[in-house]
Amino acid sequence: MSVTTFQPVEPVESSRWWVPSPRYLPLFYVLVGIAAMSIARIGSDNSDLTSSGTFGVAIRTAAPIALAGLSGIFAERSGTINIGIEGMMVMGTIFAGWWGWEFGPWMAVVGGILGGVLAGLVMSVATTTFGVNHIVAGFAINILAPGVARFMSNELFTNQPGGSVSNSPGNRGDMGRFTMPFLSGGDLFGWKSPDVFGWFERQGWFFVSDLGALLKGLTANLSLDVVLTAVVFVLAGYVIWRTPFGLRLRAAGERPAAADSLGVSVNKMRYAGMAISGGLAGMGGAVLVLFANRYQQDQVAGRGYLGLATMIFGNWRPLGTAGAAGLFGYAQGITLRTNPELVVRALLLGAAVGLALVVALLIARRRGTAAAIAAVVAVVAYWAFYVTEEPNNQLVFVTPYVVTLVAVSIGAQRLRPPAEEGIPWHKGSL
Amino acid sequence: MLPGLRKALLAPLVAAVAALIVSSIALLISGNSPQEAFVEMWKTIDSTESVVLIINRAVPYYIAGVAVAIGFKMNLFNIGANGQYVLAALIAAWVGTKTDLPAPLHVTLIMFVSVVVAGAWAAIAGVLKVTRNVNEVVATIMLNFIATGIVSFLLAEHFRETETGGLVAQTEVLPESARIPSLNRLVELTGFHFAPGVRLLGFLPFAIALGIGYHLLLNRSRFGYELRLSGMNPDAARAAGVNPKAMIFKTIVLSGAVAGLIGMHYLLADPQFYKFGDQFPKTVGFTGISIALLGRNHPAGIIAASLVWATIERGTQRLSTLGIPQEIGPILQGSFLLAAVIAFEVVKRRSDAAAATAAARAVHAPPAPGPVLGSGATA
Repeated sequence: MSVTTFQPVEPVESSRWWVPSPRYLPLFYVLVGIAAMSIARIGSDNSDLTSSGTFGVAIRTAAPIALAGLSGIFAERSGTINIGIEGMMVMGTIFAGWWGWEFGPWMAVVGGILGGVLAGLVMSVATTTFGVNHIVAGFAINILAPGVARFMSNELFTNQPGGSVSNSPGNRGDMGRFTMPFLSGGDLFGWKSPDVFGWFERQGWFFVSDLGALLKGLTANLSLDVVLTAVVFVLAGYVIWRTPFGLRLRAAGERPAAADSLGVSVNKMRYAGMAISGGLAGMGGAVLVLFANRYQQDQVAGRGYLGLATMIFGNWRPLGTAGAAGLFGYAQGITLRTNPELVVRALLLGAAVGLALVVALLIARRRGTAAAIAAVVAVVAYWAFYVTEEPNNQLVFVTPYVVTLVAVSIGAQRLRPPAEEGIPWHKGSL
Repeated sequence: MLPGLRKALLAPLVAAVAALIVSSIALLISGNSPQEAFVEMWKTIDSTESVVLIINRAVPYYIAGVAVAIGFKMNLFNIGANGQYVLAALIAAWVGTKTDLPAPLHVTLIMFVSVVVAGAWAAIAGVLKVTRNVNEVVATIMLNFIATGIVSFLLAEHFRETETGGLVAQTEVLPESARIPSLNRLVELTGFHFAPGVRLLGFLPFAIALGIGYHLLLNRSRFGYELRLSGMNPDAARAAGVNPKAMIFKTIVLSGAVAGLIGMHYLLADPQFYKFGDQFPKTVGFTGISIALLGRNHPAGIIAASLVWATIERGTQRLSTLGIPQEIGPILQGSFLLAAVIAFEVVKRRSDAAAATAAARAVHAPPAPGPVLGSGATA
């Protein structure tokens, strides 16, 4: 096994005021992204690119991916590499489809969490108790879960009206929706409050209107399971960083021997991490079921793996993961909007502009190789914008994955996984 | 029996029993008789036709298993065999329909294209790993998705056949010269005759050759030695003068190149296909991961694993006629895999512990007269 050495992030000299400090980099990237999309919206005359509706779809699409990423955080912070998120989400979808059909949407969430926890605990038996290679065990879960799900759906849903071996009859009832009062025009005791963000969005100004649309998309007409996801994220951030439990959990993944010497049961922490991880993945599956209003076979479609990517992208932190999932959600959600073909060109332009800004930043921070990579991709994006007249839907589908690859290859050096993740721990080992 | 073989078979046997128990429980919960199900599975398997079908099915699984195992030998997890072989098969199919060559050359060209494309696609992950330190699991997962997108784009826009007016998203059918004939003639030379309609597909010899090649590469070549060394102890390998980055890159590319052969079984040798379309199997790379894990990356172990996998699939095919859900197949496979990886670990730990005890005994055993110095230090 290899020993990971700590490499402190070298402080950037602050004499050059125009270079944002690493602390504010994420915010900087968000602003750059909005500016780029704003330019693309005006340049391509396509207001749907940054409409609140688009952002609303984006957050809906992002929620399950974000939960998968958070699932990965809890597993890996406690020291278990979790490739099995995909399978745990599948278990979440089948349980959510079952309970949603039997009892209603809220029980679908509970069922999804339960299904995921079960899968998480099964995996933890293999990884924590028996010390099986984590990637191997996770992969086995991914093979097993779809089999179990199909077996269950065959037992539960065939011969039911509207159901079949590959889908549930549909959820009993619908989840409510929520709109923020005062900011996005939500109702307050029957009184319609002003819609501030909406007003800004309608003005069509550069940057300001796009920001307004973004904020309105994040606060208006949200399905309650998305709201719940946001609450879970805040809670998770608090638990990981601010509670004794979170500290012990992280210690189990960073320095298990040290944690053990202070009386923390490392394996108990790893079981807890995997149970939470499974529960979050299962909840992600439930959110998918609530979106489609029924369980469907192959509903997860790689979102567990995507969640893993957002976790790495977000440097094993909830906030970064949420941001990365938002990016995925936006790229996927935009293809669900009307006339995606027009959107693609604008998106390519936006990507080119955004990457050009990033190149400038990277050059300012003297990171030559990374800047070169970003520059090449920017040129390719612009070239694609220039030559495509009828862009193809399949190529839009590819965008988020290319973005991930590029981002990870630019930023991989700065990412730091938990030090001892993936290494089985036996009491007494160092 | 050889002690080594007995040790190798212990874990899979325990795992098989565990898998049978798990699937029996699943069958009982769903109100079916496990006994009836397993008897029916045995009946389905127990025929010459089934044996041929199982071998046909196992051939691409074996190739996929070898492709993944090459990576595993160096602790590299090539989760991207899917993307590698699917993209390669599509491009190879297109090249095959656009060229006109005599039979052996045509087949060779198509296979060559497939191997090169798959290797090149894997090389992206290799470059990212070596130069940018991007984890190969993440890179190959992303490359799988990207390959899927590129394949459906190419198939929809550029490689689509035109004979039926382009209604179906598939390439044109490969000409006769690009097909590998079945092995039936060869089998008939021995005086054995298959029932009509039974065909032993012609890609089997290639898989056998690949297996022998894998064995020789691993155990009889310098590259194989360095591969195993780097996998077992990277620091020792580096100290011995093995360039780790070059090894990583070569291994990923080799794994991808072998994966390029997976699709060739379907494309060149299976009469159901001879073309790339919606029905073309696209997830055999994942199956290969299971196969490699079950077969412990051993050339012979992978044979056994791919046959077991194919046997389960064949055996469960007719269960639904009895009203027993054939979905028990994936449960059988999944629980077998999970139980097997656990059992392998337990057996390994036991034998490690036994070896440690034996070594400790050997150290402490010398009945040297006089005071023994430092005898407690090795604990």
